[in-house]
This record gives sequence, C-alpha cells and structure tokens, in this order.
Amino acid sequence: MYAFQYHRPASLGEAATLLGKLGDGKALAGGQTLVAAMKLRLAQPSDLVDLGGIAELAGIQADGDALVIGALTRHADVAASADVRKRIPALAHLAGGIGDRQVRAAGTLGGSIANNDPAADYPAGVLGLGASVVTSQRSLGADEFFKGLYETALKPGELIKSVSFPVPKRAGYAKFANPASRFALIGVFVSQAASGAVRVAVTGAGNGVFRSAELEKALTASFTPDAAGAVKVPAGSCNGDLHASAEYRAHLVSVMAKRAVAAALG
Amino acid sequence: MGANIPNGIGASPRRKEDQRFLTGAGNYTDDINIQGQTYACFLRSPHAHARIRKIDTQAAAAAPGVVAIFTGADLAEAKVGGLPCGWLITDVNGQPMKEPPHPLLAQGKANHVGDQVAVVIAETYLQAKDAVELIEVDYDVLDAVADVATATQPGKPQVHDIAPNNTCYVWGHGDKAAVDKAFAGAAHVTTLEFRNNRLIPNAIEPRAAVAQYSRSEDAYTLHVSNQNPHVERLLMTAFVLGLPEHKVRVIAPDVGGGFGSKIFLYAEETVITWAAKRVNRPIKWTCERSESFMSDAHGRDHATKAELALDKDGKFLAMRVNTKANLGAYLSTFASSVPTILYATLLAGQYTTPAIYAEVTGVFTNTVPVDAYRGAGRPEATFVVERLVSKAALEMGIDQAEIRRRNFIKAFPYATPVGLTYDTGNYEATLAAATKIADVAGFPARREEAKKRGKLRGIGYSCYIEACGLAPSNIAGALGARAGLFEAGEVRVHPTGSVTVFTGSHSHGQGHETTFAQVVAERLGIPFESVDVVHGDTGRIPFGMGTYGSRSLSVGGTAIMKAIDKVVAKGKKIAAHLLEAADSDIVFENGNFKVAGTDKQVAFGQVAFAAYVPHNYPLDKLEPGLNETAFYDPTNFTYPAGSHICEVEVDPETGVTKVVNYVASDDFGNIINPMIVEGQVHGGLAQGIGQALLEQAVYDYETGQLLSGSFTDYAMPRADDVPSFKVDTQVTPCTHNPLGVKGCGEAGAIGSPPAVISAIIDALKDLGVKEVPMPATPYRVWQAIQSARA
Repeated sequence: MYAFQYHRPASLGEAATLLGKLGDGKALAGGQTLVAAMKLRLAQPSDLVDLGGIAELAGIQADGDALVIGALTRHADVAASADVRKRIPALAHLAGGIGDRQVRAAGTLGGSIANNDPAADYPAGVLGLGASVVTSQRSLGADEFFKGLYETALKPGELIKSVSFPVPKRAGYAKFANPASRFALIGVFVSQAASGAVRVAVTGAGNGVFRSAELEKALTASFTPDAAGAVKVPAGSCNGDLHASAEYRAHLVSVMAKRAVAAALG
Repeated sequence: MGANIPNGIGASPRRKEDQRFLTGAGNYTDDINIQGQTYACFLRSPHAHARIRKIDTQAAAAAPGVVAIFTGADLAEAKVGGLPCGWLITDVNGQPMKEPPHPLLAQGKANHVGDQVAVVIAETYLQAKDAVELIEVDYDVLDAVADVATATQPGKPQVHDIAPNNTCYVWGHGDKAAVDKAFAGAAHVTTLEFRNNRLIPNAIEPRAAVAQYSRSEDAYTLHVSNQNPHVERLLMTAFVLGLPEHKVRVIAPDVGGGFGSKIFLYAEETVITWAAKRVNRPIKWTCERSESFMSDAHGRDHATKAELALDKDGKFLAMRVNTKANLGAYLSTFASSVPTILYATLLAGQYTTPAIYAEVTGVFTNTVPVDAYRGAGRPEATFVVERLVSKAALEMGIDQAEIRRRNFIKAFPYATPVGLTYDTGNYEATLAAATKIADVAGFPARREEAKKRGKLRGIGYSCYIEACGLAPSNIAGALGARAGLFEAGEVRVHPTGSVTVFTGSHSHGQGHETTFAQVVAERLGIPFESVDVVHGDTGRIPFGMGTYGSRSLSVGGTAIMKAIDKVVAKGKKIAAHLLEAADSDIVFENGNFKVAGTDKQVAFGQVAFAAYVPHNYPLDKLEPGLNETAFYDPTNFTYPAGSHICEVEVDPETGVTKVVNYVASDDFGNIINPMIVEGQVHGGLAQGIGQALLEQAVYDYETGQLLSGSFTDYAMPRADDVPSFKVDTQVTPCTHNPLGVKGCGEAGAIGSPPAVISAIIDALKDLGVKEVPMPATPYRVWQAIQSARA
C-alpha cells in the first residue's frame, strides 16, 4: 500500500467538499474492494475520505411502498433486518450471500453499487427491483445508474446517500457462485411489481449488470420457473474466461432465472 | 498396543502445541525481529521468458532507506553458486539428466513469471518495495512455452540451451518387453489419457526468513519457515555459499504448514543469508501471498497416457504408462525424483499386475518449478492405477469391488515388478470395512431417491497404496539420491527424571510434540507432561533429514526408540549397582527397574538422579549422565494402504458436484494418537477433494502468464466443499520398525482424487459420459454432459 492522507468528515456536505478539492481523493465506504486494491498497489489514491462517521448515511427506513436503505448500511445489517426480511426477503437473501462474514460485516450497499463490479450481487438487486439511487445531488433510476464495467452515472464528488427499493409483490435472487472467489459467476434477480411488471437483472455474465429482455418477456407472459427455464439466452450477451465459457454463462442465466422465480413464488 | 499410562500409546490427549497456536503464542519466522534488522524485497520478472539486456538500479539505490541492491551480476562476481537438485535421474540411454544452472538471481535471462531478478535491502519493507518499483529492467521478451503436453515438440521455444526440446530426461522403469508381450495376448485393453492438474500448495503461513551474520563469531543464523533445517543448511552451505556447516545455524521455528513446499532450498533465503554478511545487518524477508503463487514450488502437472491389459476374467496382465511431467523452469530440490522414483514404483498399487512399464519425460517449461506436494508422485500414480481399474471394470461389466478383489495381493512379503517389496497389508479388510461403512448395499435406493430430486448420484472407489518412510539410504543412493534418508533422535533425561527429546523430524502441523511425547512417556513409564519435544534447530538437534513422505514416526520415531533403548540399557546398569544385583537380572517395567523375580526395585527418576549425582555410582565402569542419541536408517519403505469410497450428487443442470458421503478405511499400522491420525486424514482428504473438484493452476500457454495468480481465481477447498468424513482404520503392523507404524500424513490426498472422479463418471454414465477432467469444476462437468449429449 502506498501512503495516503486520511480524512473523516462528519457530514455529507463536508465529504463532498473534501472530495471536490482533493485531486486523487477517493471516498471510503466499507473498503472491501478499495482497501484490497490499495494493498495490492493497484490503486493509489492520494487521500481517503472515510464516510463511516456520517450518521445520516446508515439505517433502513420504510417509506410508504418503498424501503430506503442508507448507503453506509452494512450487508450483514440488511441481511438481518426484520423490515427487509419481511418486505423484500429476496434482498435480505442477496445481502446475506455476499462474500463472507467479514465482508458482510464491513461492506456497504453504497460502496458496492458505486464500484459496480460486474460480478457483484447488489447491482442485480438494485436493477432487478427498479430501485432509485439517491445521491448528494439528485435521484437516479437504476436503469440510468449502471453504465457498464465499473462505471456508473455518478459524477466526480457525487456521493450516494441511499437507495430506495420499491417493495414488489414478489422477488427472488439466485446466484451461482464462482468456486474460487464466490462472486457471482451468474446471479439473476427477478421481481414482479404489484402492477404485474416484471424485471430481470443479470450479474456476472457480461461487462456489468443488465436486464434480460427475453426473460422479462417470457416471465411477463407467465411468471413460472418453467417459463424462465425455457428461455435461451444468447451467448453473445455473456463473457468467457478461465472459469466459464460464454455458452455456459448463458445457460446458467436461464437456470438461475428459473430458480429465482421458484424462490420468488416460495 | 494398549496404553499402560494415561496419555500413552493409543490415547488421544489434546495436542501440546495447540495451547500456543490457539492463544496466539506461536513463534513463527515473521514474529522474529532482531535489533538492527533490515528488510528484503525481490524484483520478480513479469515475463515468462525474457532476456535481460540491462538492469538500471540507480534511481532505486537513491531511494529513501535503501541499504543495498544486488542483481545476478553481483552474485556471479562473488562466485555464489546456483541451487542444487538433490536427485540425479539417469535416462533410458544411460545419460545423466540435464541440469541447467538455477541461479539465485537471474543471470541474463528470466525463465518464469516470478523469477527473481534483483533484491533490494532497505530499512523498512515498504522502502524496499518502493525501491523495487524504481529498478528499470530492459527486457527482450521471448516466446514462452508452458504446456507440458506439447513442450517437447520440435520448434517450441527453448527454456535452456543445454536441454534440447525442453527435455531434462526420458526415464524408463520396468520390463518393457514383458509388457508388450502381455498386451499382445490381452482379452481387453483399457486406455486412459488425462492431465493430472497443476496445484499451488498455499500453506497458510507464507515462506519467510530472517538471516543474521555475527562478526564476533564469524557465523550465520538463519530463521526460516522450512520442513527440514539440516537439509536446508547442508544444501545452502555445501552447494551454494561454500560455507562450513558449523558456522551456519538454521532454525525452523513454528511453521504454518508445508505440504512439501517448504522442503526445498529456495533462492530468497539463500540470497539474504549471503547478503547479511555483505551489509553486516540482519535481513528479514516475508513472502507476500501474490509472490507465493509465483515462487513456491507447484505440484503435479502431468500429461499421461496409460493402458491396462486384462484377461477375459478381469485379471490384470500388464500396465503401460507414458507420462510427460512438468518440471517448470528450473530443477527444484527434489523435482527430478517426484515423477520418477516416487511415481513409477507405485504403479502396482494393491494388485498382482505381473508386468509394468513406465516411461517418464521430465519437461522444462517457462513456469514456476514443480516439486513434491502432499503425496509427491504417489497421488499421480494412484490416479493412473485406480482410474484404469475403474474404467476397465465399467468397460468389462465387472463390479468395482469385485475386479479389485480378483487382483489384490494376498500374500506378503510381495515383490512388485516395479522394484518395491511390500512387507505387509490386508487390502480385503479395508475394502470390506469401507464397503460396510459406506452402505454400498443401500446405494441403488439412494440413487433412485436422488433422481426424484433431479440429481444424479454416483459411487467411486479407490484402493490406494503409498510408499512412505523414505527410505533405505543405500537403495535411495543407488537410485540417484544425493542425500541420506535416515533420522536422528536424542533423549536427554534430566536429573529429576523429566525428559527432553530432540528430533530431526520437524513438526509443522503433524503434532510431533504430542505423538512423540506419548511414545516416550509410554516407553519410560513417566508422565506425558514430563516429556518435551524439541525440533527444528540445527544448533540443538544432533542431525535431521526432516519431515516429508509421511516418515516422521516410522523413521524419526524409530530413532527416538533406539535412543530410549540405550537409555534403558544404561539405566539397568545404574539400577543393578543401586540394587546390588547383576546387570543381567534387571528388567525395566512400568517405569521401574526391578530385580527379576523379586520385589526389589528402583524408579526411573531415582536412576536418573543417580546418573547426575553419582555419589553411589559405578564410576569405575560407567560414565555419569543419562543422555543418548541414535541414528536410524530404515530397512524398507512402509506401505500404508486403504480403500476409499466416495458418493457424489451431480446437478445435471449446472454441473455442480457435491460430495455427499466419503468413507476412508486406512491401514496405517499401529496408531499412537487416533485423534491426530483422524485429523491428518481429514486434511489430506480435503486437499485431495480440492484437487479433484476445485484447484487448478492455469497458465496462458502462449504467454506463460499465470492466470490463476490469486485466491480470486485459484479455488482452495473450504469447509463447505467437503462432507463430514467417515474414517476407519484397520491394522496390520509394519514388520520392520519397532513401533509397527506406517505413516498417515499423505494418504487422504493420495487416495481421494480417483474416488471422486470415478464417482462423478458413475453418476453420469447413463448420459454417456466416459471421462471427466480434473478439476471437475461445474463448468467442465457441464461441458462433459453437453459433449455426451451432442
């Protein structure tokens, strides 16, 4: 790790101001990706602005038909939250399956989606539920927030405050873990809103989380495991690497979609 | 053997060493800090194969805290030698193997990703690491060769000029003519072509060393995370640095796992030992995990074609094996012997196959050196034998257990056609026990039940044998070993009757401090708590050949037994004097020296006291003191063997394999501590299942880049990857060591891979799947299913 300056602001405004002035400054949330990258000398920020002291960023609140989860809420807290487990159990399940206990005790929702790792779990939950990302400057729909490989719509100095998840009629998440890293080799989040609208988000397959039009169409027609399993996902939408070919990933998308629907239907 | 005292032989006391390990009081190499210590960081080649045109260290030398920088040129100028290989293999034409130089720091060419190019020594580790980044190397990147299966073909990039076609040796073993003849008359031939996957050991404690030079004594002290400090010292002093051994003390303190990867003499500790005198400061080096992946010796990596000839009744007639073994870029310490001496000699397995021939090509590639890793040659041999047998049974329609029984060796001693003589064993007993515990009779019902859940269940067998307790030195010497293979032990009885045992068998997870204490306590009839075991220090131990090949108890333990015999013999003379009896009338029982047939006796502690306070003592004919040393060179290998039965469930939709039931019935001879044995089996099984399902060192065959260079891409087995094991032991005592023990450290890793793979194939046979590669990852199992369906 290279040397850096450490800052711990007490408010979001102060954090945004600091990040605005510091040339190579980075916001530090749970540090589960950034600190590891710094230890490997793959990242060398001049300054770290630790968001951990900003009280307004943590916590889970019901807001009408939505659950609002603060950006600094730890995965373990989302997994254990009675509110989340009752209203969006699929999201609690997703959070409880991220990394290992240590990662879940430190990693945060905001950190995960700001990093937008193409094999992370949370982007699938945010996109699959059609959540809104509330930042220090504005509110962004999930569809406009994720921009591909480690890219988001966040502007320099813009910080995530919270994510507002609309409570669906039903939802499910199924993840096929990479045997080595246990990141999602494929993760599929399906949801059906009270209106009947179906969203299907896929992580691990390509250069970033994406919605599957084929699966959404099939599940809109019939929200059943068999309908999902019958969809042939084009391999062209998936990546191949030493762990899996594009064909295998494409195959797993429909298998995981089938299992996610089964989970949603209980 | 029953325990005569609490915590004696056959008991399972808690491990003495665990108190310190579990409370953070362990003393590992990185815990050792010496006043004035500096830190080393190595610059490693990012290229698999590159000529080094120029190394510019100017900017690095000027960086803060830098004490010194050394490159290969500095070592050449100081006439420092290269790392030696400890085993000479002679090829089929009677020529010695090709031994290219193995420099401590690259000399003109880097030969694998991670090869050491330079070392920076600085006041802090971070300063050393920062300075390493400032070294500018002008590389001329060359084409690389990494795939063992094709590296010997003409026209491939050449790793070493002295080894044309990247061939170190072509070695043959067995009677080729007899094998060819048997194949010509066979009713059935089973053929197998496969890769034994390359593994990265990943001990939890990375390699580390602290080197110190004392001007006042003109002597060196090296603390190093190593399995055999005396061998480390011998190789480093005699072959590389040209130092007298008595001026170098090597200490291997607590060591957090080795699995073979810490047997070897490595460049890093050798460089810092040399440099400690040059800079006249102690130097510490601790490997980072990322460096471990590209500098610890890897394991396995064979490409093999094997054939088994059978008669119409499934009796084995002959076996023919052709293996290309990846040795990596240089010959590591025992690299040459692993795919030859420790491999082809095991191809008889538990069977009476009358004719066997193996040809092994040792292959250089632009990859990390490959050497012994838990099992070392024997897992590779077991995979060949047991997969051939399982496949033959399937092809011929013979039950898996039945084909094995038809071919088991039943009379001992048994001389195999590949040079070993098994002293004892009972293969039917372990197979019968495993079959019963695994409830093989209930398997068809379980298969049906699984099918209803959409899962495919399969069962796989492996009846392995290993040769442990390396080895009679004279035989090893005749086969090319450049070192002896005995062990030494010293039993120091203190005046008050407590005992310190000094053993050459280093402990790094095996629990010697407990097991050896149990043996000594039992034999001397003294409390287990009165015995301490010291290991891992050339300054305190008489000598040692170290811990590998499951040899510690059978060889190191026997040396201790021989020393105890001397203690008892001398004790009898002292007791005879105290009891005013003839030496020959004294017997030693339950911790007391007695005059046979009387109630006159004196306790062991009284005899010890008399030996050190010799007021009433036969000083005219006996030296005072009670401190004995013995060296023991075994007369044969030991032959642990057993039967493993694995049951898996495959999810045909995803290719995921789950090991749902695993039974190991092993014959390790007599057992000193059943709990420790069970733990050793569990660990071995986890590593074997890791090889079968998860672990794979992946190189890009074009560039020689290590693609699985971290735990993100290299899958180590975790607790939830393995089932709750069912282990059993059957006992036929070893006939040629006094404890009757055979060794248990590697059996799990040796026996399990073929059992797992055969179980997967059994699960998928109705889909037409005939082979599944290792590791059988979900992706590869799914691929096998797709290919069979296509």
